[in-house]
Amino acid sequence: MATQVLMPALSPTMTEGKIAKWMKSEGDTVESGDVLCEIETDKATMEVEAVDEGKLGKILVAEGTEGVAVNTPIAVLLEEGEDANAIDAASSGGSAVAEAKPAEEPAAASYEEASAPARPKAAEIAPEPDYDGPTKTQTVREALCDAMSEEMRKDDTVFLMGEEVAEYQGAYKISQGMLAEFGEKRVIDTPITEIGFTGLGVGAAFYGLRPIVEYMTFNFAMQAVDHIINSAAKTLYMSGGQMGCPIVFRGANGAAARVGAQHSQCYASWYANCPGLAVVAPWSAADAKGLLKSAIRNPNPVIFLENEILYGQSFEVPDTEDFTLPIGKAKIELKGADVTIVAYSIAVGIAMDAAQQLAEQGIDAEVINLRTIRPMDTATIIESVKKTNRLVSVGEGWPTCGIGSEVSAVAMEQAFDYLDAPPVRVAGEDVPMPYAANLEKLALPKAKHVIEAVKSVCYS
Amino acid sequence: MAKTSKVSAKKSATSKSTSKSKASSKSPAVNGDQLIAYYRDMLNIRRFEEKAGQLYGMGLIGGFCHLYIGQEAVVVGMTQAGTDDDSVITSYRDHGHMLACGMDPKGVMAELTGRRGGYSKGKGGSMHMFSREKKFFGGHGIVGAQIPLGTGLAFAHKYKGDNGVCHAYMGDGAVNQGQIYESFNMAALWDLPVVYVIENNKYGMGTSIERASSNVELSERGNAHDIPGQSVNGMDVLDVVEKGGAALEHARSGKGPMILEMKTYRYRGHSMSDPAKYRSKEEVQKMRKESDPIDNLRHTILEGGFATEDQLKDIDKEIKSIVTAAAEYAQQSPEPDESELYTDILKEA
Repeated sequence: MATQVLMPALSPTMTEGKIAKWMKSEGDTVESGDVLCEIETDKATMEVEAVDEGKLGKILVAEGTEGVAVNTPIAVLLEEGEDANAIDAASSGGSAVAEAKPAEEPAAASYEEASAPARPKAAEIAPEPDYDGPTKTQTVREALCDAMSEEMRKDDTVFLMGEEVAEYQGAYKISQGMLAEFGEKRVIDTPITEIGFTGLGVGAAFYGLRPIVEYMTFNFAMQAVDHIINSAAKTLYMSGGQMGCPIVFRGANGAAARVGAQHSQCYASWYANCPGLAVVAPWSAADAKGLLKSAIRNPNPVIFLENEILYGQSFEVPDTEDFTLPIGKAKIELKGADVTIVAYSIAVGIAMDAAQQLAEQGIDAEVINLRTIRPMDTATIIESVKKTNRLVSVGEGWPTCGIGSEVSAVAMEQAFDYLDAPPVRVAGEDVPMPYAANLEKLALPKAKHVIEAVKSVCYS
Repeated sequence: MAKTSKVSAKKSATSKSTSKSKASSKSPAVNGDQLIAYYRDMLNIRRFEEKAGQLYGMGLIGGFCHLYIGQEAVVVGMTQAGTDDDSVITSYRDHGHMLACGMDPKGVMAELTGRRGGYSKGKGGSMHMFSREKKFFGGHGIVGAQIPLGTGLAFAHKYKGDNGVCHAYMGDGAVNQGQIYESFNMAALWDLPVVYVIENNKYGMGTSIERASSNVELSERGNAHDIPGQSVNGMDVLDVVEKGGAALEHARSGKGPMILEMKTYRYRGHSMSDPAKYRSKEEVQKMRKESDPIDNLRHTILEGGFATEDQLKDIDKEIKSIVTAAAEYAQQSPEPDESELYTDILKEA
């Protein structure tokens, strides 16, 4: 059966090309792999190899012809024993053409008309269950350790790995006592090899384990960001839902104290930018415990942003192993009527401090602890703004394209008519973190900045 | 049917092109059924890739498409030497690995055309396909990234104690990525069951190995971590089966990782849009003429009287029809429903 040789697409962007030169003449025998002709594409001159064997029956497009569209028949290949009659049949669109029929709708053509279907509403997240049982006073550090230990007792597939997590008991002593309880199979000291052990953790999660990967600080996770984004976050989608990566990446995030620019960065907005991740940033010890337990049980990759300064701070924590907090729900830490202050991580404490001082000055602030950065609980923010009509965001990260920018955008888009003043962002200064004590202080947001911002949106 | 040689067949491997028949890695006396199984599996990949190239030329496959033609003996030999407990992970030149694992050519081809019948429902493409059932874990687009991931699969094999070994493939271009050595270190440190298969096809995209690597003896890349390495003729499926089997046995028995450098060759460009100016036509033609893994095995089969010319032609025909059916399916399967845009981002907690 004679086959048409079609003008091939030789690059992702090629729509037409020039037949630069025929390397075979009519009547030549062609073997699979032989170069038939040279084609100039939008990128380069490429050789076109024969896929089938046979005899070159007829050249349909002469060399030197420009603008030959992809899928135009350019020659006819004859099988053994076929003659010229077959050429006519093939070049007039004979039976062989069916196989070479181009796609009915070229992919590139339809982009402009294409409009995405409505995004389905996210599933309703159950609110935090009411708890009126006993509590105990714990540091954030202890709460994190309890969360991991409780989940590891329940589920054999959960394990902890990272630098200094086992024998050293954690660089910040989060995993104190865990090696003794769970042994070296499940509490694993890694070499200093962030991209390696992050990728290893993701691979183990693909195979059904539930790793907790500790970064000594999130600054070091930059070494591993390819595996967090490309391997962990995207694989569920790229596999059409077949895979899945139940893994927690946790560690200290944001500024510590006097450790300089490379060890003092908030990564919230980096990870929050990427679909396929959940990003959690607890403030209190109860947040830390309830959210980490939920993160470990979550079937998705969860970025769990802790804060070194908070590790030693104490809070009341529900005294039960069943305590978890929903990922994706914010908490109103303080009810108020005059202004909404949205904060996350250590900035919640700053916001609470500011709110107290504002109360003394007669301004009744509502403080929202985001708890989860992605998916952000926008409903709680919007509801609050509709009530207070004023919005201030507080976070330690840089202002540009930061979490505060996102909070402002959400308010503008969804509650513009309710706003009595433009939202204001209180953020870290737009500079690498300085080492000098006085400069470092200047670079970080404080209660007085929040108070100033609140006063500006309240025009008071 | 084909004649079997002295050794009687453990099980007939000719009945299904993708069956994993366990090769007797220690015995050089392979039986005819096994030879024919290798032939069939390699031919299946070759014809599939040729068809994929055609469909690309017709604009039915978009973006990047990296063909495996020339390297078939590597993955077929390794898969035949492995067991069903083993997991497999590779880079973006992955169609051959999927077919060798026993994944359905229809589902693979339909993914190439971006249709809902594809393994990833059309959302992954040529470089991103997976099959939990066949323990094939992708299909990864970032050079070298599959190696820590594969090391993690090996970690999970050991953690679960399931007797599996991870076959972690990489190209000669990937061996200069730093994360490869982070993986080697941990695999050796923890005696993880993994065989690192370096498919040295001589070119990382358009850069020859000599122009990219200070030491081109890639089997030695584990020296710093005391990982034993071996060089294998990756154009000879029998050599791959033998040495691959030994390496897998090494890893499975708890002795830790091994490195195999498969000396192989790709006939086609790095991807479809490769003008191939970095090597001569003569070089390619010489490899095709003298070292083709399929032609050479065909010769061995005929010479040894394991099958007749007609029997092999029947296999050729059968493979052609499988591939044709896959291509038809890949064109008939509809594009994914638009609602799929928003699915599979997060699993429901």
